[in-house]
Amino acid sequence: MDSAKKKELQKLACKARMGVIEGTYNAKSGHPGGSLSICDTLTYLYCDKMNVDPKNPEDTDRDRFVLSKGHTAPALYSVLALKGYFPEEEIKSLRHIGALLQGHPCIHIPGVDMSSGSLGQGISAACGMALAGKLDNKSYKVYTILGDGEIEEGQVWEAAMFAAHKKLDNLVAVVDNNGLQIDGPISEVCSPEPITDKFAAFGWHVITMDAHDFDDIDRAFTEASTVAGKPVVIVQKSTKGKGVSFMENQVGWHGTAPNKEQYEQAMAELTAQLKELED
Amino acid sequence: MADVVKKATRESYGEALRDLAEQYPQLVVLDADLAAATKTGIFKKAYPDRFFDCGIAEANMMGVAAGLASCGKIPFASTFAMFAAGRAFEIVRNSIGYPHLNVKIGATHAGISVGEDGATHQCNEDIALMRTIPGMTIINPCDDVEARAAVKAALDFNGPVYMRFGRLAVPVINDAATYKFELGKGVVMRDGSDITIVATGLMVNEAMQAAEALAADGISARVVNIHTIKPLDRELICKCARETGVIVTAEEHSVIGGLGSAVAEAVTECCPVPVVKIGVNDEFGHSGPAVDLLKEFGLSAENIAKTAKEAVKLKK
Repeated sequence: MDSAKKKELQKLACKARMGVIEGTYNAKSGHPGGSLSICDTLTYLYCDKMNVDPKNPEDTDRDRFVLSKGHTAPALYSVLALKGYFPEEEIKSLRHIGALLQGHPCIHIPGVDMSSGSLGQGISAACGMALAGKLDNKSYKVYTILGDGEIEEGQVWEAAMFAAHKKLDNLVAVVDNNGLQIDGPISEVCSPEPITDKFAAFGWHVITMDAHDFDDIDRAFTEASTVAGKPVVIVQKSTKGKGVSFMENQVGWHGTAPNKEQYEQAMAELTAQLKELED
Repeated sequence: MADVVKKATRESYGEALRDLAEQYPQLVVLDADLAAATKTGIFKKAYPDRFFDCGIAEANMMGVAAGLASCGKIPFASTFAMFAAGRAFEIVRNSIGYPHLNVKIGATHAGISVGEDGATHQCNEDIALMRTIPGMTIINPCDDVEARAAVKAALDFNGPVYMRFGRLAVPVINDAATYKFELGKGVVMRDGSDITIVATGLMVNEAMQAAEALAADGISARVVNIHTIKPLDRELICKCARETGVIVTAEEHSVIGGLGSAVAEAVTECCPVPVVKIGVNDEFGHSGPAVDLLKEFGLSAENIAKTAKEAVKLKK
């Protein structure tokens, strides 16, 4: 990836993180930790990789995206706002009564391809979208992001079996391996590891990726595009809370909103990061 | 009576899918390793490229159906009622109901008439479960003619539909030549003035026989076939409450949450009259031949007639 594009994506991802903080702070609830860990991947997908057009959000040829780990909607909404699907102001009313932006993704929100948030379900819908693409001989790709805790759900493995059996090579699933879930480290709760071996055993093409390095993200998704005959999983090593020092790798920031002081500190840190990128 | 044609509505389902496939190119069928039993195998044989076996994985099947529908397909996700409404309930709610996707759920082997397989497979709760999902349409056809029409109606309707079919061969009571299906509209099968029997599914035929027996005893019973349980034809139900003053409901389903509950909910709001429910009481079924089980659990013309006689006495 050339350095200008990389810097542009880094700036957008930083703005997406600011949206996560802005949204969860104003909502006084939500899930900042796992939202921050997927901001770079989402920014890459929507601002570089995917064939999507906010002016034509229902284009039948578009690439699809399903946020299977739907609780991290603040990240998706931030990126969709940056992309122009709806005004950035909407972020401030996230989770409010009458708001466009629901606590978890809703199909009626511009740019959102599937309602999700009950864990384990998004990947099945993504399989259905990929199957429809095959049936219609369309060339679109379907992307979905799952949490590493989420894959403890049995439905994920029903879907994994299905996708491999139906040879859905137009499906790319990302597992956000930040290592933490609500009750603690995934290794202590009910470990889904070894994640790569499990998907390989289910017949998927497995790629690993550094979730916070755009060169590596580009490498991983480029490789994913070349795979034929089987679905692709990208297991991304990420940092929960990435970009906000006091949220990084802290399980407590899974589902807690920042208070005013924490909000100001987080925004100051992200503003400094953005300034550094702009200099 | 020797020439009564009997057919299981699951058979009608499989045949209707096959017969409608050409007219509806977006129609695709999913099953969960039960194609021989749900009769989607009939469709599979004719249109193998539009049939997808998801294996024994109903949760994923419902999610796949949602994804297909979001891309313009009209998927018919098929399995036993127990697994469609029971096991996959939360996926049906969140991945199909909440986004209001155009998924059709073909639930076969509903009710006690599953027979010998016993309680684990006798789903008497599916109507109750599906009724709680906002925007879900529920159709429970009474015979072959109605079942085929229901599949067509579901195809022409944009939104999630739960269709309930049976394993047992039941008499064909409608005339295919003249039959018209109107989604959400109840059908007065026989007029009467002393009592209304509101029935659904295979209980419609039992209700007709009960009305005949009641007539011999001087009781004029109206029989209403409610094929669409949701949205309920409240207008007709309330009219019957006003005109006959008492209602007996009959369904092959739990008395909790099904047709009887829906009718009672409507009547209490518009014209409170006694509503006596016939269905499976608050208990599990057990193994045995379907016809014997139906009798044992009171899902018979005899029990409807007996209950109706008592119910008439409740009128003020």
